[in-house]
Amino acid sequence: MIRRSLTLFFGLFVLILAVGWALGAPFTSSRLVEAAAYALIAMGLNIQWGYGGLFNFGIMGFMMLGGFAVTFISYPVNAQFWAGDGPWMLGRALIAFGAGALLVITARQSKKLGISGGWHVAVTVLAWFIAYCLYRSQLDPAAAYIESAAGGGWVGGLGAHPVLGWLFGGVLAAGVAFIVGKICLGLRTDYLAIATIGISEIIRALIKNMDWLTRGTLTVSPIPWPVPQPQAYQAAGNDLATSLILARGGFLVLVLLVLAIAFFLIQRAYGGPWGRMMRAIRDNHVSAASMGKNVTARQLEIFVFGSVLMGIGGAILVSFVQIQDPSSYQPINHTFLIWVMVIVGGAGNNWGALLGAVLIYFIWMISEPLARSIFDVVSAWSTNVGWGPIPEIESRSAQMRVFVLGLVISISLRFAPKGLLPETIRREA
Amino acid sequence: MSLIELKHVVGGYGGAPILNGVDIAIEQSDIGVIVGPNGAGKSTTLKAIFGLLKVTGGTITFAGEEITNSLPDRLVPRGLSFVPQEKNVFTSMSVEENLEMGAFTRRDDFSDTMAWVYQMFPVLKEKRRQPAGELSGGQRQMVAMGRALMSKPKLLMLDEPSAGLSPRYVIEIFETIVRVNTEGVGILMVEQNARQALAFASRGFVLANGQNRFTGTGPELIADPEVARSFLGG
Amino acid sequence: MTELIFFINQVVISGVVLGSIYALGAIGITLIFGILRFAHFAHGDMMTMGAFIAFLLALAAAALGIVTPVPTGFLVLPIAMVIAAVLALGIDKGFYAPLRARGAKPVTLLIASIGVTLMIQGLIRLFFGAGTYSFFENEPKEIIRIDTSAIGSTRPLVFTEPQLLMVIVTIAAVVALHLFLTRSRLGKAMRAMADNADLAQVSGINTALVVRVTWIIAGALACAAGTMLALDVTLKPDLAFNIVLPIFAAAIVGGLGQAYGAIAGGFLIGFAETLAVFNWTMVLRPLNAVLPEWLQLPSTLALVPTEYKLTVAFVILVVTLLVRPTGIFKGAST
Repeated sequence: MIRRSLTLFFGLFVLILAVGWALGAPFTSSRLVEAAAYALIAMGLNIQWGYGGLFNFGIMGFMMLGGFAVTFISYPVNAQFWAGDGPWMLGRALIAFGAGALLVITARQSKKLGISGGWHVAVTVLAWFIAYCLYRSQLDPAAAYIESAAGGGWVGGLGAHPVLGWLFGGVLAAGVAFIVGKICLGLRTDYLAIATIGISEIIRALIKNMDWLTRGTLTVSPIPWPVPQPQAYQAAGNDLATSLILARGGFLVLVLLVLAIAFFLIQRAYGGPWGRMMRAIRDNHVSAASMGKNVTARQLEIFVFGSVLMGIGGAILVSFVQIQDPSSYQPINHTFLIWVMVIVGGAGNNWGALLGAVLIYFIWMISEPLARSIFDVVSAWSTNVGWGPIPEIESRSAQMRVFVLGLVISISLRFAPKGLLPETIRREA
Repeated sequence: MSLIELKHVVGGYGGAPILNGVDIAIEQSDIGVIVGPNGAGKSTTLKAIFGLLKVTGGTITFAGEEITNSLPDRLVPRGLSFVPQEKNVFTSMSVEENLEMGAFTRRDDFSDTMAWVYQMFPVLKEKRRQPAGELSGGQRQMVAMGRALMSKPKLLMLDEPSAGLSPRYVIEIFETIVRVNTEGVGILMVEQNARQALAFASRGFVLANGQNRFTGTGPELIADPEVARSFLGG
Repeated sequence: MTELIFFINQVVISGVVLGSIYALGAIGITLIFGILRFAHFAHGDMMTMGAFIAFLLALAAAALGIVTPVPTGFLVLPIAMVIAAVLALGIDKGFYAPLRARGAKPVTLLIASIGVTLMIQGLIRLFFGAGTYSFFENEPKEIIRIDTSAIGSTRPLVFTEPQLLMVIVTIAAVVALHLFLTRSRLGKAMRAMADNADLAQVSGINTALVVRVTWIIAGALACAAGTMLALDVTLKPDLAFNIVLPIFAAAIVGGLGQAYGAIAGGFLIGFAETLAVFNWTMVLRPLNAVLPEWLQLPSTLALVPTEYKLTVAFVILVVTLLVRPTGIFKGAST
């Protein structure tokens, strides 16, 4: 097993070197930072799916939350917003939200007042409706005002350190995961999958359309880095390539540090009694429940922990590319890419998730230039035989990787269903 | 030559075998009853005949042809039918549709077979438009047997047909089984009500640990003091 | 009266059209779930694939100079459905059947369906790029206006010819499906297998055949749904991806495994979405004459802004899962 891992990781290392040699060190260093962030996210999914057997198809949503969080925390303050009526109007919307929540909670308690059956349902629905109208009545004008020139266009950031933003990304993802988990856990696995797809699409719709808070499709950039940027190295007298590598190297070290901490904590927890219990629950709900384990509470824990890593990973990615663009998020590039990483790497094994994440990310990144060169060859041939060149090679090769991804997961399920590094079954003495 | 013959059948669900060499032979005129303690491999024997688990040793022949490890969609057209112990009706489908499903493998006109089944179970004709899930336990058992008879089998296999039925229905079901047999259908059944079932069995098999312990006619086995002491509760 | 006609134009007609599309998609989901016990996530992309097949056939028909009073998209639909059914069979044989043969769990098949989603998406984009297409580039989309002045409305009742045909196609498909499931030997066997797969096998039902029939029906109906969606809006590679959520919601609301439930669920979700984004001010405007100054209706009064339309299906889904997880028609719960 160890030998297999070493061989595979060595192979991965060679692949990275080969990519570095073919496509240049600056390109490769960027991809490494991104791959490390994806590894963090893949570990999050590995906790949820590999350890807990929970189906999360909403990874994209949690990554977007992270991206929003880091933008909000680390982007410079928008003075115009704070000078106008915006904060006051938002405060009123918040009060309306609180009042609405109170109303709904009261309605749910109305059973104690002797209102029961159909009336209880009617009162609850009515309370939800009134609360919703109340909130909308305050929020809509606030949003319209802030988006106008007088309101400053959007809320802006807080100007704090980006690493705080990463943490906030984790917190935000945890909050949403807690609510989702409260509602959906305990349902069948495929229902959870559909519910999480829904959540992530709703988060995407919100972040895309709440221009007053996120600037929506107008995008936010540049988002500051937590480490010195290439420009700083250049100013110190290095040439462009060296400064790029130094700056990205610095970022990579920071991300690897986060990754290492997360990895260490997870491995420790999974080796201990908590991990044993999780495995027991995953492998047999019923018997674990009959042994007095609170299955749903444990699953909620694991769902929240996994989502935290996804939030942090999403935040790191946005920090690194320095732009928050809600329309760049696609379930294929985010949710499903990470599923492929975990399935190919080996669900239930963190080393596997790590290997799968870096390997698949590199396959994903190089299949585009690879497809382009294949298309170029075919195109030259078809021009030669008189069929004319292949049109739009550029955009077609960008799509080729989607197909490659699908092929990789299909082959993996068929021939290596447990992944490259399968879960090791520890025999408890 | 027997209608069905099991020779030293060994098999199980992948792990350790549950059947360790079972021998059974039945004529079309017989009522064969398999009895034995829990875990003896009684139901497993029926499932092994019906291709629902892997037979790893021995042979099963039916009407002169070897059928070891054949699947139900091959066995039913050859004249073999099986009534499982539980979940043996299509609850969301009407009684008549349940019967039609039993005749799925037949491409000829089966209306006379259906008339025959209705004649045997008149109550089913009354309720033929009702979903089978709405019927009582005894009536469901009739639907299940009727379904299995629709393929005009030579051999009908029943897995504990009396399980969960009230004593009045147990007698009724046993009477029906005997009547089916007199109409020319061989019977091979597993029973917990061992003494009652062996009383009308022309062939009885006592299994223990996946092996034959005693074989004989039903009355012989009841009379055997050792069988009575060990397997029929004294 | 004008307001009523407006309401019909805006809500009833688009609700029926959207409901038809959802219903046809949801039937496939529910049948596959009933027979094979897994949530088929690639269904949205099978719809897109079907729409592109129909589009290619329509192009071919146009190139051959075939002109009919019916929009070409509908003319080629039967052939497209046949091709889509064959492709669905091929997908099953290539990607799902080997896993089933190995005895893989339903979740593994669910993950496999993601692989299929990605491959279909990739291939469609490879051949068609990321652009949008329309069935009505070379022929007009006929609009039918029915004068309603007789009942005192100043607006006509407006719908397009494709919309009318879509409703007809849906009704035809649903009736055909109903007859198939209740009258034919194979259709009954399909219901039997969805009800109790083990007993179906024991009864001698050829379960492999039933599985094939399921894919044929699901593939053909997905093609019809996808083509109709493309005819109603536009054709693009990610046409149906966002529809996975509403059609799953429809199938679950109707009770997974219940074909009739899926139809009801499809129309329920379709109408709920249209009603939720409908601007009520347009209908309630006459009230402004009676209402006091401070209670005048705002210019837009929709329950949910159009951008958040997806939330409607989601909320219905979650409420169903919480209140009645087996759906209104009591589907398979395991």
